[in-house]
Amino acid sequence: MHPQRLTPKERLQLSRQVMPAQDAAQRRANFAEVNLGLPETLALIEADRCLQCKNPRCMLGCPVNVNIPRFLELLSQGRLPEAARSLLHDNALPAITGRVCPQEIQCECECIRAKKGESVAVGHLERFVADWARAHPEAVPVLTAPPSGRRVAIVGSGPAGLTAAGELARNGHDVTVYEALHRPGGVLVYGIPEFRLPKQIVDQEIDRLRQAGVKIECNVVIGRTYTVPELRARFDAVFIANGAGLPAFMNIPGENLKGVYTANEYLTRVNLMAAFAPDADTPVLRPRCAVIVGGGNVAMDAARTARRLGAERVVIAYRRTKAEMPARVEEVHHAEEEGIDFELLCAPLEILGTDRKWVRGLRCVRMQLGEPDASGRRRPVPIPDSEFVIECDMVVSALGTRANPLLTATCRDLKLNERGNIEVDENGLTSMPGVFAGGDIVRGAATVILAMGDGKRAAIAIERYLLETKA
Amino acid sequence: MHLITAKTRLSPNVTRLDVQAPRIAEIRRAGQFVIVRRGEGAERIPLTIADSDPAAGTITLVIQAVGKSTRDLVALEPGEAIRDIAGPLGHPTELITAGRALCIGGGVGTAVVHPIAQALARAGVNVTSIVGGRSREWVILEAELRRCGDVVVCTDDGSYGRKGFVTEAATDYLKSGRCDIVYAVGPVPMMRAVANLTRPLGVRTIVSLNPLMVDGTGMCGGCRVSVDGKALFACVDGPEFDGHRVDFDLLAERQTTYREFEQAAAARPDHDCRIGLGQR
Ligand SMILES: Cc1cc2nc3c(=O)[nH]c(=O)nc-3n(C[C@H](O)[C@H](O)[C@H](O)COP(=O)(O)OP(=O)(O)OC[C@H]3O[C@@H](n4cnc5c(N)ncnc54)[C@H](O)[C@@H]3O)c2cc1C
Ligand SMILES: Cc1cc2nc3c(=O)[nH]c(=O)nc-3n(C[C@H](O)[C@H](O)[C@H](O)COP(=O)(O)OP(=O)(O)OC[C@H]3O[C@@H](n4cnc5c(N)ncnc54)[C@H](O)[C@@H]3O)c2cc1C
Ligand code: SF4
Ligand code: SF4
Ligand code: FES
Repeated sequence: MHPQRLTPKERLQLSRQVMPAQDAAQRRANFAEVNLGLPETLALIEADRCLQCKNPRCMLGCPVNVNIPRFLELLSQGRLPEAARSLLHDNALPAITGRVCPQEIQCECECIRAKKGESVAVGHLERFVADWARAHPEAVPVLTAPPSGRRVAIVGSGPAGLTAAGELARNGHDVTVYEALHRPGGVLVYGIPEFRLPKQIVDQEIDRLRQAGVKIECNVVIGRTYTVPELRARFDAVFIANGAGLPAFMNIPGENLKGVYTANEYLTRVNLMAAFAPDADTPVLRPRCAVIVGGGNVAMDAARTARRLGAERVVIAYRRTKAEMPARVEEVHHAEEEGIDFELLCAPLEILGTDRKWVRGLRCVRMQLGEPDASGRRRPVPIPDSEFVIECDMVVSALGTRANPLLTATCRDLKLNERGNIEVDENGLTSMPGVFAGGDIVRGAATVILAMGDGKRAAIAIERYLLETKA
Repeated sequence: MHLITAKTRLSPNVTRLDVQAPRIAEIRRAGQFVIVRRGEGAERIPLTIADSDPAAGTITLVIQAVGKSTRDLVALEPGEAIRDIAGPLGHPTELITAGRALCIGGGVGTAVVHPIAQALARAGVNVTSIVGGRSREWVILEAELRRCGDVVVCTDDGSYGRKGFVTEAATDYLKSGRCDIVYAVGPVPMMRAVANLTRPLGVRTIVSLNPLMVDGTGMCGGCRVSVDGKALFACVDGPEFDGHRVDFDLLAERQTTYREFEQAAAARPDHDCRIGLGQR
């Protein structure tokens, strides 16, 4: 049943298969997933495009070194159960990363085929195999080990915490995850919208963890309900993965007007509290025109959410140009297709209000790119006398997030850097023995896959620590 | 799930619920609150921990039914359960350990003031409480506060205690002798009036702010208030602040953000009608 292997030349002749997507006009009004997933026939062709390089550069581009040629080879041969086991061995949450990784600057950017033409669609294929695995759980059984008698506490149920929990439970440890919100998943459930990452996928991953014996306690705020030293006393090791949940403000006049949201608040109301549903208990404002300030994934998510909630006009205001936008290329593309306007080289100066304190506009200034700054990017500088007003009735600041001090302020022994992030060594160990940390609380706002990589590395280090400290 | 063990009606629209939450009951301190979500799909709303019984593992919530979420909560009966309770959140009250303190509670704010008065009395502080209500039946927790010290009751219509606003009684108290600190919790206009009263006297005044909240952990920024011109988050930096430095106008303004949604929800005769459809 294995199809004939193609020659490299034949493989090179295949062009990149296109991900089917919901029509832009239709999806503007719904929260269903935009990308529909490759059908199996196209996925098999796309997998055949992989040249099975001896030195697969794609793997170097992946922060967790997924063995890409191996799962693609198995996929191209139609050996899906093996492809799924191979992929899941390297990456615990491929249905998620396949959808949200910035592939164009990671695996796909390094793919040899990107040099001349288009890379192999690693992300789309990762999603394909992962979705197959979700539909066939019997093919990828949850592995468990005999109980070790050791207990590990994990703070936060985002990608870092979930990955560490899975790895540790697989080795037989008794793992409890503490989550501040009423629902586990971190940014995956409160930040990233349904149309990019269906919540059902996150729930399914969490169910798998529960099957593996992981206990998840929601509504427990570490730093308030318990402190880290208290956890340390009750558990053999602790992994802190509480994310970077502290919104940044623009620090311009008018930020307290009604109709100004942080992206965190806006997206949390819509995603976690389901305010998109007409019968939701939690309200969210429905503007006619929304301006979103920022250029990352968060900004795209907020803009496309506002579009779906009926805004007639949605504008993304960004200080630099499209080339510098940190968002995934696909999100920018999808946003454009959905009719989002881009005001580039545009910096906000003031939010204007009505006498009843509602937003009525955003006063901005035009920018130009000057000399490169410390980050190597050309610094935007204002053009004199170029002020203008965008009329709008909602402003969302999507300027990124910083380290939330709630937990760290109640645990003075944890060494922090000047930005408030927890300092760790290469194994994720903090300044406190037996206490590890990873994800956004260490890196500042980063990515899902980096957080997962941290979770995995910390789990390995915790494993070693548990062995060393065995009574 | 948090079982409701007792329910008492304190006034026509204020209900006391005792709810199982053992860890919170054990460690909570005066001034702290919880975020409560009644069930699947419900809003997350902040409520002060009015009291607790660590032995029974219960906390006391005193809830004024003002809108959909609070009405749904007080409709629960003993034996039923609240799905989610997170906490204790916020900073504990800044307490003095000796001297004279005045605690002022307006309406359901009395429930917020009660644990403060309790903690002060336990520390040996001389406590006087002034509590207000529309009329006799709206005055809550008077007996509980009497256990902490003197109580002056004020009613708008004079049907009980003294007639008039709590600020009038407070003025008299402040004239009568030394006062080391004032705690004032109630509707924004009341807190503002008390702060204006004590500012010229230089009496430290703590108020408890009640902006809209979502997560209660400092993540969303929705609860931002302006204190001394600085944006602070009531859920993590407060909820109690120096009343002389709070921008009450901003607080009052921001509380009205969803008024039209709330009114739409309240206007519908069917209790189960949901908000969310409306435009502002
Ligand atoms: C809107 C948005 C879109 C994004 N899009 C992408 C994308 O497309 N691709 C990508 O790779 N990355 C994206 N990111 C970034 C990515 O989501 C984060 O880097 C990643 O989620 C970090 O994972 P984490 O596990 O460190 O923390 P989080 O996902 O932030 O999870 C932390 C968890 O800890 C909980 N917590 C916090 N404090 C406490 C406490 N004191 N006690 C108990 N629990 C606590 C939080 O409630 C949360 O559930 C996006 C981020 C946002 C906000
Ligand atoms: C830290 C904190 C502690 C609190 N403690 C208590 C408590 O112990 N007991 C209690 O009954 N309430 C308390 N509140 C207020 C309570 O959270 C709100 O009354 C509740 O969220 C209203 O929800 P709802 O859906 O029932 O009403 P909604 O339909 O949301 O509102 C109905 C009416 O109440 C007003 N309102 C809404 N939210 C608030 C608010 N946060 N503060 C004041 N008015 C509001 C609206 O403007 C509207 O007029 C507290 C609030 C905070 C921030
Ligand atoms: S995890 Fe992300 S970077 Fe790695 S192979 Fe998958 S999509 Fe690419
Ligand atoms: S670099 Fe590209 S072609 Fe080579 S193995 Fe990786 S995915 Fe396949
Ligand atoms: S309630 Fe979200 S930051 Fe305070």
